[in-house]
Amino acid sequence: MTHLIAIAGALEPGEQRYLLQARQMQALSFAVHIPLVCFGIAFPALLLYVESLYLRTGDELYRTLARRWSRIMAALFAAGVVTGTILSFEMGLLWPNFTGTFGSVFGLGFAIEGFSFFMEAIFIGIYLYGWSRLSPRAHFASGIPIAIAGFTGSLTVISVNGWMNHPTHFRFSHGRVADVHPLGALFGNSYFWHELVHMYLAGYMVTGFVLAGAYAFGRLKGRWGRYERTALAIPLAVATLASVAQIFVGDWNGRAVAAAQPTKLAAFEGLGRTTKGAPVHVLGWYTHGHVEYGIPLPRLLSLLAFHSTNATVQGLDAVAPADRPPVNVVRYAFQTMVGIGSLLALLSIAYLVVRVRRKRLPESTWFYRALAAAGPLSVVALIAGWVTTEVGRQPWVVYYVMRTSEAVTGAGGIPVGYGTLAAVYLALAAGVAWVLLRLSRTPV
Amino acid sequence: MHLYDLPLWFALVGLALYTVLGGADFGAGFWQLVAGKGERADEIRDHAHHAMAPVWEANHVWLIFVLTVVWTAYPAAFGSIASTLSVPLFIAGIGIVMRGGAYALRAGAATVGEQRLVDTVFAVSSVLTPFALGTVIGALASERLHVGNPGGSLVTSWLNPTSIAIGVLAVASGAYTSAVFLSGDAARRGEHALADRFRARALGAGLAAGAVATAGLIVLHFDAERIFRRLTEGVGLPALVVSVIAGVATLGLVWRRQYEPARYTAAVAVAATIAGWAVAQNPVFLHGLTIRQAAAGHDTLVAVIVSILVGALLLFPSLALLFRLTLGGELRDSEQSSDEAQVGSRRRALVSGRLDARLSVAFLVAGIGLLTVANAAWAHAIGVACFFGFILSGYRAALPADVLDAGR
Repeated sequence: MTHLIAIAGALEPGEQRYLLQARQMQALSFAVHIPLVCFGIAFPALLLYVESLYLRTGDELYRTLARRWSRIMAALFAAGVVTGTILSFEMGLLWPNFTGTFGSVFGLGFAIEGFSFFMEAIFIGIYLYGWSRLSPRAHFASGIPIAIAGFTGSLTVISVNGWMNHPTHFRFSHGRVADVHPLGALFGNSYFWHELVHMYLAGYMVTGFVLAGAYAFGRLKGRWGRYERTALAIPLAVATLASVAQIFVGDWNGRAVAAAQPTKLAAFEGLGRTTKGAPVHVLGWYTHGHVEYGIPLPRLLSLLAFHSTNATVQGLDAVAPADRPPVNVVRYAFQTMVGIGSLLALLSIAYLVVRVRRKRLPESTWFYRALAAAGPLSVVALIAGWVTTEVGRQPWVVYYVMRTSEAVTGAGGIPVGYGTLAAVYLALAAGVAWVLLRLSRTPV
Repeated sequence: MHLYDLPLWFALVGLALYTVLGGADFGAGFWQLVAGKGERADEIRDHAHHAMAPVWEANHVWLIFVLTVVWTAYPAAFGSIASTLSVPLFIAGIGIVMRGGAYALRAGAATVGEQRLVDTVFAVSSVLTPFALGTVIGALASERLHVGNPGGSLVTSWLNPTSIAIGVLAVASGAYTSAVFLSGDAARRGEHALADRFRARALGAGLAAGAVATAGLIVLHFDAERIFRRLTEGVGLPALVVSVIAGVATLGLVWRRQYEPARYTAAVAVAATIAGWAVAQNPVFLHGLTIRQAAAGHDTLVAVIVSILVGALLLFPSLALLFRLTLGGELRDSEQSSDEAQVGSRRRALVSGRLDARLSVAFLVAGIGLLTVANAAWAHAIGVACFFGFILSGYRAALPADVLDAGR
């Protein structure tokens, strides 16, 4: 055991010139995977809703819609499976000292997630290939475990992220963990429920806006029968409600970060110095400890974070420069997420007002132009949100316990791996885009 | 048996299932690669694809299971393996992406040319991936790794005689089990000509896999002496004998066209090889690190074991259902539908609106009050529930009435 002992972790920290590239490679893998996760969360439920309409009315239109959507779900799920596998490989390939040191604390979350993944994979096989031979009710029932597993899978994975941001239920000394209580670390942690709800709603927003946006684009091109209207309205209705709820859930997330990770909050807002009655700045650029050229909204940060216009908000100066995240990356990611989220909420409110007043879909072409843009924008907001929390956690991989630079691999070849993965993912994205386009044109 | 061994046994069961089931997936890709050209080759490719399409994702998850159990229960060993063997693991990862991408893309391939391109990507990655994963096992078997970041050479740790032998064996045994399974699938569907063509492949691949395994033992003799001794003289010998008997029995059953029992003997042959390696390797995990030293603390081990046992209660009935439906021919992507008559008579109004809308607004107001204004944790929990109530009760009200009613 003698060679196990190192200060920073179970393995010796790697000599790594390409830490930034390793982080970018992880970020790339994550950015490719996370939109697919949204479809894993929300698509099965929407599909089941459409299929239940078919079971209740016998209207063939719903069956056609469900069958077409199930083929899209199959393609996206396959892409999600393999990009998720890459992520689990990278936990070891890029950050062996993180997994090697703390695997016993957080690993259980992924082990349980494995079973969710199993249930998803098994029942998606049955659901996709059972359309013709299973009875309609049995087929519908085979979709239910997929929807449940989509939720439990994200729950366990986000519990790990919650632990990385708020590590508890272990002791750490001389590079070794002791007194490990994995269940408490993952599920007894107060700091992950807000993240889970935030992501779960985001899943419905992304799935809803991307699907509805695709049919909105079709409407602009003149494809607008009853089929298209139904296919647009079903995802749109859930995305709009989720967008309204997300405003308040997002605000709750902000307060949770303010309480547990003040440095991260200071990076969101570019707050250089600890300030009483702190303002929010819209746009601008953080430099030399403050935001320049931004539009100030006095005292708003104190109000939002602590519900008092006079509250003191901790600034970046409370920690050493080496312990601060890259402010502008975090701040712009945060502003992108909040900005797009607000626009999506406005669009949603416009839709709901038309729905309540006129009892039908909006008829303005501008609404459909905006909706077509809302699909890709919701994905941008999703990725920006994850950049906000993940880059905002830097320079720590386990908050105030292990630095990312201590977690990284000592093996060479990161630029080669990064380039290869980028090329493969580019090909995968092109392939998936091509197959979705092809599927949208071929009848079932 | 000790507590610290138990998660590893579970991982090995997972590895055996991955080698049998996932290996057959890879093997199907191998047969696509060597199918050649022309209509008969396309039949081979189509059969290999359709037999595996409903099950490949479930088969793949065994690999994730093995990874997560090892990194949770034996973190230091996992970290060292991932760091040192980053090259073959990365190759396997890329191969897995290409395979999954090919599955996603094949649904959209319309022309024969497009399908061939997709199948080629699939086939090449189906050979690359098991080879790369086999070299990882070879690195462990020949004890070329120690604890470290990296803990050994990035090149010779996996490019060495043992690794290469086990990599080739992984490809060969996958091709063998896959041909056995595919002959059985074709025979079940009454396609006897196709079954015979896979039978010939199964016999050929079985002999080849046997030859590779024998050559592998010779390599072990020179390159991984400890494992060789324990396999041929010690605790691993029974497993080796079982593997040989099951392998030969499979050949005999396939020869007599008894494909259903051959499925199981083929699986036993592969699983016994894994078991033999495992008992021969025990108690060494990495060079200078025993399983006991690598194991996580007591609470983690217990939590992992309990989670696996509970998960297995869900998993195995579900898997049994999947395979029963697949083998029963219930899962084919065909167009005709059998039970259309069961639904269709009960048309009724889908949209009722006003009450839902009011309830939904009430949930929204309550949610804002409890989540945004209040500060207590219990209030937040109820507030979140209110927001989900808002979405659920508001959903039907938010759907435009004309969309759902227009068909009537």
